[in-house]
Amino acid sequence: MTQVTLGAALSALPGTAALDDEPPLLRADRITRRFGDRVAVLEASFELWPGEVLAIVGESGSGKTTLLNTIAARGEPEEGVVEFLCQDGRLHNVHSMSQAQQRLLARTEWGFVHQNPVDGLRMDVSAGANVCERLMGQGVLHYGQLRARAQQWLERVEIDPARIDDPPRTFSGGMRQRLQIARNLVTQPRLVFMDEPTSGLDVSVQARLLDLLRQLTRQLRLAVVIVTHDLAVARLLAHRMLVMHQGQVVESGLTDRVLDDPQHPYTQLLVSSVLQP
Amino acid sequence: MTEALLRIEDVSKRFTLHHQHGAELRVLDHVNLEVASGECVVLGGPSGMGKSTLLKLIYANYRATNGQISLRQPEGHWLELSVASPRQLMWMRTHIVGYVSQFLRVIPRVSALDIVAESLVEDAIDPGHALEPAREQARAWLERLRIPERLWHLPPATFSGGEQQRINIARNLIKPRPLLLLDEPTASLDADNARTVVDLIHESRARGAAVVGIFHDASIGSAVATRHVDVSKFRSAP
Repeated sequence: MTQVTLGAALSALPGTAALDDEPPLLRADRITRRFGDRVAVLEASFELWPGEVLAIVGESGSGKTTLLNTIAARGEPEEGVVEFLCQDGRLHNVHSMSQAQQRLLARTEWGFVHQNPVDGLRMDVSAGANVCERLMGQGVLHYGQLRARAQQWLERVEIDPARIDDPPRTFSGGMRQRLQIARNLVTQPRLVFMDEPTSGLDVSVQARLLDLLRQLTRQLRLAVVIVTHDLAVARLLAHRMLVMHQGQVVESGLTDRVLDDPQHPYTQLLVSSVLQP
Repeated sequence: MTEALLRIEDVSKRFTLHHQHGAELRVLDHVNLEVASGECVVLGGPSGMGKSTLLKLIYANYRATNGQISLRQPEGHWLELSVASPRQLMWMRTHIVGYVSQFLRVIPRVSALDIVAESLVEDAIDPGHALEPAREQARAWLERLRIPERLWHLPPATFSGGEQQRINIARNLIKPRPLLLLDEPTASLDADNARTVVDLIHESRARGAAVVGIFHDASIGSAVATRHVDVSKFRSAP
């Protein structure tokens, strides 16, 4: 068995001070969103670094999906700022970009996985074309290359490459969701937003998808913001979590700390309401 | 004695149960403890006295109600857990503290081999190239802990309690970290495997690691301890 001395293993290690120098990939600062008189999100803040998976949990109506849509530039906050670390190495306010810039970001460096795959796929074009759409948008036009990439990604999300010419309308729910993930990841985005990606699926299908998501986020060092009401999903996938209640972030921290030692009354209620199988 | 690696100062832990009429469980009070490299501190005392709670506080799985828990970083700075960011705590778990919990949390569909190899891959610059060497080390650990080769490629969900415990030990010790927290690592092991765990603890200490552990079997505790600490002294009068 290889035995490395601690001194050797640690001498090259920079320590936590080095962490402070690295800018976040995404920063949400006091986001507030109202629909008429109703406050949907109130002063929500967080930062996300490359490779981190952040879960936003809470029950329906807690504001978690509104917060996700707001940070993904699918809606403007009344107050607060969302910044993303662009290729120039600087943080840019995503809501003051032009629509063309936002679209470019959404098609290249970001991904968005919808709860219902129908919202994220073109149901009547082939699986291969679904996977390749973003690549073609980036100027990859060589048919052979596109087809090879599509095949690779279908295999990677465990879809039989022989189905490459079939439209997702003919796929099961689990296959559709895996295809939606391949379609998003093919351009190697740095940040992926996910809205309840497993909740429309049967439990047996869920486990496979969760394992796949866990593998891909780790292999690709993806930063992910995932909205879920399922604490087991957060436990398996997320490094950190935010708990939302009535539009506010009531608790945040390392996933296992929040779940095993919840401090806020609402988090305690949420954790104690789950049946342990 | 060398300089401390872990410093616990006047730490208390209370659980406030907001939905049980605000009932308060006082588990630990006035914990003061320092642990240095090369030491193995064995926590003793009757069950329910907060031994596991203390390990969970050091791992930042629980948050201390009062007091400070600090870990010395390689370059000499102290990281104080109550003020550390989640990102700093993640770094601390990757590089400084290994924790063998009582039960393995199984991950659906991931093989025993890859569960053990995971910590060597997760912070590699190129995870693709790190995987094979990591699996090579993982095989050596599984062999040493007597996990039959036919199980290596199966997910451990269906393994026996003792097999899962050995996977958990391998998974958390494969990466040499300066501080090891062990919560009853030998509870369901046979004599041969328990002896292997004792050897692994001695080897970790020889490497310079500090160990804090709970052992239900007093003879194993005595075999590894450089110091015993009775946790029941960290209680306030009821």
